[in-house]
Amino acid sequence: MTATPILRLRGIDKSFGPVQVLHDVSFDVHPGEVTALVGDNGAGKSTLVKCIGGIHPIDGGEYWFEDEEVQVHSPRDAAALGVEIVYQDLALCDNLDIVQNMFLGREKRRGLVLDDATMEEMAAKTLEGLSVRTVKSIRQQVSSLSGGQRQTVAIAKAVLWNSKVVILDEPTAALGVAQTAQVLELVRRLADNGLAVVLISHNMNDVFAVSDRIAALYLGRMAAQIRTSDVTHAQVVELITSGRSGDLGLATTNGATA
Amino acid sequence: MTAAVAPEKPEMPDSLGTSKRNGTAGAASLRSVARNYVERVRGGELGALPAVLGLIVLCVFFAALRPVFLSELNFANLLTQGAGSIAIAMGLVFVLLLGEIDLSAGYASGVCAAVLAILLTDHGWPWFAAVGAAILTGTVIGLLLGVLVAKVGIPSFVVTLAAFLGFQGIVLMLLKEGTNISIRDQTILAVANNNLSPALGWSLFAVSVAAYAAIQFRQNRNRRQRGLATSPPTLLAVRIGGLAVLGAVAVHLLNQERSRNVIVDSLKGVPIVVPVIAVLLVAGTFLLQRTSFGLHIYAVGGNAEAARRAGINVAAIRITAFVICSSLAAVGGIIAASRGNSVDPNTGGSNVLLLAVGAAVIGGTSLFGGRGRVVDAVLGGMVVAVIQNGMGLMGYSSGVKYAVTGSVLLVAAGVDALSRRRAVQR
Repeated sequence: MTATPILRLRGIDKSFGPVQVLHDVSFDVHPGEVTALVGDNGAGKSTLVKCIGGIHPIDGGEYWFEDEEVQVHSPRDAAALGVEIVYQDLALCDNLDIVQNMFLGREKRRGLVLDDATMEEMAAKTLEGLSVRTVKSIRQQVSSLSGGQRQTVAIAKAVLWNSKVVILDEPTAALGVAQTAQVLELVRRLADNGLAVVLISHNMNDVFAVSDRIAALYLGRMAAQIRTSDVTHAQVVELITSGRSGDLGLATTNGATA
Repeated sequence: MTAAVAPEKPEMPDSLGTSKRNGTAGAASLRSVARNYVERVRGGELGALPAVLGLIVLCVFFAALRPVFLSELNFANLLTQGAGSIAIAMGLVFVLLLGEIDLSAGYASGVCAAVLAILLTDHGWPWFAAVGAAILTGTVIGLLLGVLVAKVGIPSFVVTLAAFLGFQGIVLMLLKEGTNISIRDQTILAVANNNLSPALGWSLFAVSVAAYAAIQFRQNRNRRQRGLATSPPTLLAVRIGGLAVLGAVAVHLLNQERSRNVIVDSLKGVPIVVPVIAVLLVAGTFLLQRTSFGLHIYAVGGNAEAARRAGINVAAIRITAFVICSSLAAVGGIIAASRGNSVDPNTGGSNVLLLAVGAAVIGGTSLFGGRGRVVDAVLGGMVVAVIQNGMGLMGYSSGVKYAVTGSVLLVAAGVDALSRRRAVQR
């Protein structure tokens, strides 16, 4: 489990105009592990993820992927590396079916014509690989799916392309208890299949249920990145709310509030 | 059934879990296909169902009150009456799928018809060059509208409302303040006025059914070989048989002598507009259901943001949809010019656009975008034509005809809105 991180960020700075959102952030993501990214509202979680995904260019710092320093300027660059982000609002087309959504924008074709059979096979295989048994038919319209099933489709879409890092933005925020369990199980399975998973969550129960490591952001700074097994619930909450907890966290929290 | 998802409803396999698909996935049973269909209808995806039911009810109603409604002559009339607005409605389907509207399609068809008439009659161009120029005019109009909507960002309602007024003016200017240009080119006149010979009608029919059957069987065999769920053979037979029977009845009826005075003039055969519309229908359906361009139209109409994040060039899709719409409007204009034997300032004007929008919506195309098929335009266009034609036979004034057509459009849009709400509630 202590394999070298697949994704390493060092000293990332990011400002929007006069507002500096990320200060000198370092972040490691390991293959085969779930890294939970936690932090209060406005701590910079989404910005950090968007920097990783190439939506926001970084102002300074290093972006290392598989031991090579890379430049990520657009979502396309990130996708080419094998980084896929599943956004909170999922971005699925309700009026298309599961297969069509999974392949949207990257359809398989034979000449001019869509190669439905191949896409259906690949989609079925991906869902099978994730042991998804909850959908009745992969030719079902997404509008007929439950919230958990939609999340499943969005995640399956992200792993369809042999991605190496999958980032999930609050995947359980809008789900009920049973569906949350389903999605968390899927998240765990992704990591067990060797993918590096980043899970953004507000829910401490979810974080402790599936994550191997926790990275806590506090006002745009990385307060701490620790093994989940080494900390308690209360410590993580302290890291989120004050940036430090005992020996952990930022040296002085005063300087952080700029 | 929404076309976006199930161009062929039997492609929806039954309750096979994805986990046990391999090997066991065979032909779905007819019952499960039927159950799936009923489920989708109950879920608010009515598709073409209201239009088909409405068509049957209207036909029975008019046939009972005015037996002449069922005569061969009237049947042929219905088809040629409806063809122009059906062509425009087919184009509108593309724009409606994006959740946009093109209010100028009627007068765009008028502009294109005027271009056609001027080139043919005043400049003596050969018919194919004039037709090409008319369609090119439509393409340019669509490009202009599309760029204004997709690139400049003006709402399509406003852009096309402005174009509606503007094109009305252009038609007047082209026709020198309202003169009427008659069309004398035999080929153009033939489109809406002449018929295929009975033998040609039958052979076209045979080729179409054979091609349809071949495509269906090939698709099914391909899927079976790869272990994917296939349609039940019974359903396949029902669909191919249905097309064959309906087509055969239509061709047979149209091949009957329908001239009132046979000695003067023989009148029989399938009107030439029918294969014209059929070709447009097949081409449009292929484009929407079988190509990624079509899929992207549905995607943009369903969730433009998702489409953008999937790397689809949303602006290009929008512009192309407007280009297709206006180009098909040009075809509608050519058909109208042929049917009227002339072009006047009213070609493509008055109620043409509203009937075309009505046809698309009555056929099951959603005004909210993301749902609809090209065949909707044909079904809805037939409903509109039947109302106009049947009520005309009943001796109602055009005032009543307009009021009834307007009500039917309102009902269709209401069904669309309610079924959409039902789908969202799930």
